[in-house]
Amino acid sequence: MAINVRIPTPLQRLTGGKGDVSASGTTIKEVIDHLESNYPGFKEKLYSEDGELRRFINLYINEEDIRFIDSDNSTVKDGDTISIIPAIAGGSIQ
Amino acid sequence: MKATQLPPELRVPVITNYEEAVLDRIGNTPLLKIRNIVKDFGNKDIEIYAKAEWVNPAGSVKARPALRMVRDGLASGAFKRGMELIDSTSGNTGVAYALIGRILGFKVNLVLPGNVCKARKGIMAKQFKANLILSDPMEQSDGAIKLCRKLYNENPDKYFLPDQYNNPSNWMAHRDTTAREIHEQTKGRVTHFLAGIGTSGTLMGTSRGLKALNPGLKSYAVEPAESLHGIEGLKHMESSIVPGIYDTSVYDEKISVTTDEAYHMVSRIEDEEGLLVGTSSGAALAGAMKLAARIDKGVLVVIFPDSCEECVIAHGEF
Repeated sequence: MAINVRIPTPLQRLTGGKGDVSASGTTIKEVIDHLESNYPGFKEKLYSEDGELRRFINLYINEEDIRFIDSDNSTVKDGDTISIIPAIAGGSIQ
Repeated sequence: MKATQLPPELRVPVITNYEEAVLDRIGNTPLLKIRNIVKDFGNKDIEIYAKAEWVNPAGSVKARPALRMVRDGLASGAFKRGMELIDSTSGNTGVAYALIGRILGFKVNLVLPGNVCKARKGIMAKQFKANLILSDPMEQSDGAIKLCRKLYNENPDKYFLPDQYNNPSNWMAHRDTTAREIHEQTKGRVTHFLAGIGTSGTLMGTSRGLKALNPGLKSYAVEPAESLHGIEGLKHMESSIVPGIYDTSVYDEKISVTTDEAYHMVSRIEDEEGLLVGTSSGAALAGAMKLAARIDKGVLVVIFPDSCEECVIAHGEF
């Protein structure tokens, strides 16, 4: 079993149109690194140049906001779902 | 102290007509001179003014198109007595519809992405009693547009769908009010106009209105630089459902602004001008600063769509 990652429409360009992808890792950071290796360019969408998670990107492990756990050091396990939800704006690909 | 002894400025009449008291206050917003941030340009002959749209009832620029779309719908017969209003919104238009519905006495249904900030949801639902229907946050505003269309198609006789993305009354509100106000407030001196694009109604209508009054005026669309961005209410057109009212021939140029630039400018506006504005206002002024850096002189006017202090403090939480 792996970790399921829900991809918002503006990022689906990088995942070949897929809204759900699987990844592995024991922390959010590792999962994002894994996604970066599969979908180059992914990480820079989520992190600012100084290496911080962008303020308008909200990451959830199942239903829990990682801000209230341990940010991108939060641990994940097989079967978890990570959702990447930007602050409200426009943006799906037609 | 008897009422007759009150100073004249306090002798206000009793208001019995809510519609006059609230809805007639939509528009005629102040134009604020940006006094300090503009000093970046030294002695260059640049003036920048911001239209303070949060002063509108319902707290944003969207009060103008929302009222116009409702009134035009009532006048044309598309919005009949007993019907309910339904539309998709990322926030501000929803608050405006909810206020107008509360005053004029019709039910308002708003389809919005689940990640609209809590403060706006609270105003719409608790304060103005609108019915909120949440769409999948993963699909952003476009998910709300699609769900709203589906709900309307299932029951077209029940609903009036203003459809802010495709309704000409949206931009006409700005042609007939915002543009005239800016022209008068600057005594016709405005040379460059900038607005962020969401539905694009503000940019389309105000540009058309101002260019009719002064054909030499240049207008600019301020757009998020990235498809994944945090500038609330603005659309990255290339990766979005393009609104039917959006017409690229109406403006002269597009200026891209990153989310970080918009956030940074929000902080500068707070620190240097003393105004708490929303992210889209930061984007608008960041765009104006980019334009001002490459022109020799000009009187620039930007739209500050909202303040949304709580949303700014929450920085995109929902």
